[in-house]
Amino acid sequence: MRALPHIIRKEFRQISRNKVMLPLLFLMPILQLMVLSYAADFEVKNVNLVVVDLDKSSTSQRLITKFTASDYFTLVGSFESTALAMQEIEKENADLILCIPKDMAQDLDKLMPVNVQLLLNAVNNQKAAIASNYSLQIIHAWNTDRFKDMTLPPGVLPLTVDIRDSYWYNSQLNYKTFMVPGILAILVTMLTAFLSSINIIREREMGTIEQLNVSPITKFEFILGKIIPFWIIGMLVMSFGLVVAYLLFGITVSGSLFTLYAFLAVYLVAILGIGILISTVTETQQQAMFITWFCIVIFLLLSGLFTPVDSIPEWAKILNLFNPIKYFVEVMRMIMLKGSSFMDIRHHFLVMVGFAIVYNVMAIRSYSKTSG
Amino acid sequence: MKPAISIQNLSKSYKEVEALKSISFEVKQGELFGLIGPDGAGKSTLFRILTTLTLADSGIVRVMDMDVVQDFREIRNRIGYMPGRFSLYQDLTVAENLEFFATIFGTTIEENYDLIRDIYVQLEPFKTRPAGKLSGGMKQKLALCCALIHKPEVLFLDEPTTGVDPVSRKEFWQMLKRLKNEGIAILVSTPYMDEAALCDRIALVQKGEILSIASPDTINEAFHGTLVAMKSHRMYELLTTLRNHPKVASCYAFGEFLNAALMDGDEDWQSLEMDIRHKGFDDLVAYETTAGIENVFMQLLSQAEA
Repeated sequence: MRALPHIIRKEFRQISRNKVMLPLLFLMPILQLMVLSYAADFEVKNVNLVVVDLDKSSTSQRLITKFTASDYFTLVGSFESTALAMQEIEKENADLILCIPKDMAQDLDKLMPVNVQLLLNAVNNQKAAIASNYSLQIIHAWNTDRFKDMTLPPGVLPLTVDIRDSYWYNSQLNYKTFMVPGILAILVTMLTAFLSSINIIREREMGTIEQLNVSPITKFEFILGKIIPFWIIGMLVMSFGLVVAYLLFGITVSGSLFTLYAFLAVYLVAILGIGILISTVTETQQQAMFITWFCIVIFLLLSGLFTPVDSIPEWAKILNLFNPIKYFVEVMRMIMLKGSSFMDIRHHFLVMVGFAIVYNVMAIRSYSKTSG
Repeated sequence: MKPAISIQNLSKSYKEVEALKSISFEVKQGELFGLIGPDGAGKSTLFRILTTLTLADSGIVRVMDMDVVQDFREIRNRIGYMPGRFSLYQDLTVAENLEFFATIFGTTIEENYDLIRDIYVQLEPFKTRPAGKLSGGMKQKLALCCALIHKPEVLFLDEPTTGVDPVSRKEFWQMLKRLKNEGIAILVSTPYMDEAALCDRIALVQKGEILSIASPDTINEAFHGTLVAMKSHRMYELLTTLRNHPKVASCYAFGEFLNAALMDGDEDWQSLEMDIRHKGFDDLVAYETTAGIENVFMQLLSQAEA
């Protein structure tokens, strides 16, 4: 073990010489957080609205005003028939058609049911779903207002139920609050996985591994000498990312920082194990890059960063049991948003300890085989 | 005294290729031993087995009287290895490379500075330069320093001067002589015949077999037959003419002359000269010459192939 500090120092020297890698380590957290959090926003604004008002009453006018008064809808035209309005959707000028039937006001006064039609352009299904949701809320609000104005006959109660959602842990349903912990998780994962997988291959490509192999350095020392520097870098990048998240978005860690770092410490060992395993089974830096990229993308898509993991098929759920990124994204969100304690994440923690052991044992074994 | 390296019936195959075919030889302590042979002769494989990087299929291989399989860890502490291609950290400086290789062997530059002083003084002006930015000759010197910094008892150099300029090559061999005087046994491979003459003993290797082992002075005696050096301004035509001549056993180009070996027992080279002159080579220069290592090697090669 006496050679270990020297190997680590050599590793840091090499990293500090790398004119691309070093700035990247600190630029990546800032850029990724900014780009992904601002650009990959699911909030929908500027829904182009077309109205087909066949009623032309003050009641229908009030409904239309309700729509245009909101931030989300822009009235781009009104037509006499649905067919004409549809042409606007065809031309991509409109996202939503609101059709108000003839005699709506009269029917409502008679307390008869009325159907208002919403036609949505679902080419972008996410936008359509959100626009539909907004529309329903507006119609609902308009309906409630109407009852307030009416003097109902005695014994008749307004037929409305007021439903209010309350979102816990992210009370304003802020997309950034939700995304930032996940993006930090991905960031740290990508950096450490790529750095470690490329590193050993580089030693092999440059031939330097030959010199190390004829030295008294043991395989265990060698792997450890690779893991420790990148482990430290992972810890630093996460810390830097947390500071950036606070400065840019005011997001703080609700739970204990200690729990977060304890999990991160084990998680990094697992990810570095995967990186080193990849580097032992590949021959060139390119191969290692592609395989690491492939693994990360699969893990990432299944991780629940962008889509809820509960809705994926059974086989993918089983696959996901072995996805370290999924556990980390979950834990990051639990600790940062929900303030979960160590007891809450103990299951995740144990699984990660398992991963760390399995991947690294595989890495050391595989390294022994390849270096004969 | 036990030999520094002892190899008995060593064989090694890669899938279909037999890299080494039951070879045996010994290198004495403090001896400068050269392995001469073309690319693909099995030299690098032999180095990898001796430096404990690859396992042999069969045979007994001992370095400093230790088994390369059982005592590989101890052997690694006591040998120095310079692989065929430059394999130091190109992004670390000269001083950092040397320091790194000293520390992983649990020593310091100061402790063994005496051994590398002569070489290192030439590198000192470039101390802070990244190793990747050194010239070919300087790279080799640095690699030699790094292989020596832990004071090895046996030094393995796999084609250390390939791709190095002639002046640096000469300097490099002078350093090897000095190291040999320090008592370090050196096994060196080279494709250059002129370097072979600087070794104590040389082994000619071809296709995984040792054709001959002798000192550079006595290896010439292994050549049998008469050798004629010839020159004309139409070299290529002369070469084909000689190769097809019934009196000539073999003919190769050596520098500006062609060396033609006569058939066994034939010493009459003058009649060959006359014959060639009659074939229209008016400017022919011809004289009998003594065989060099290259000639011996070529003869042994053609015999091995026959």
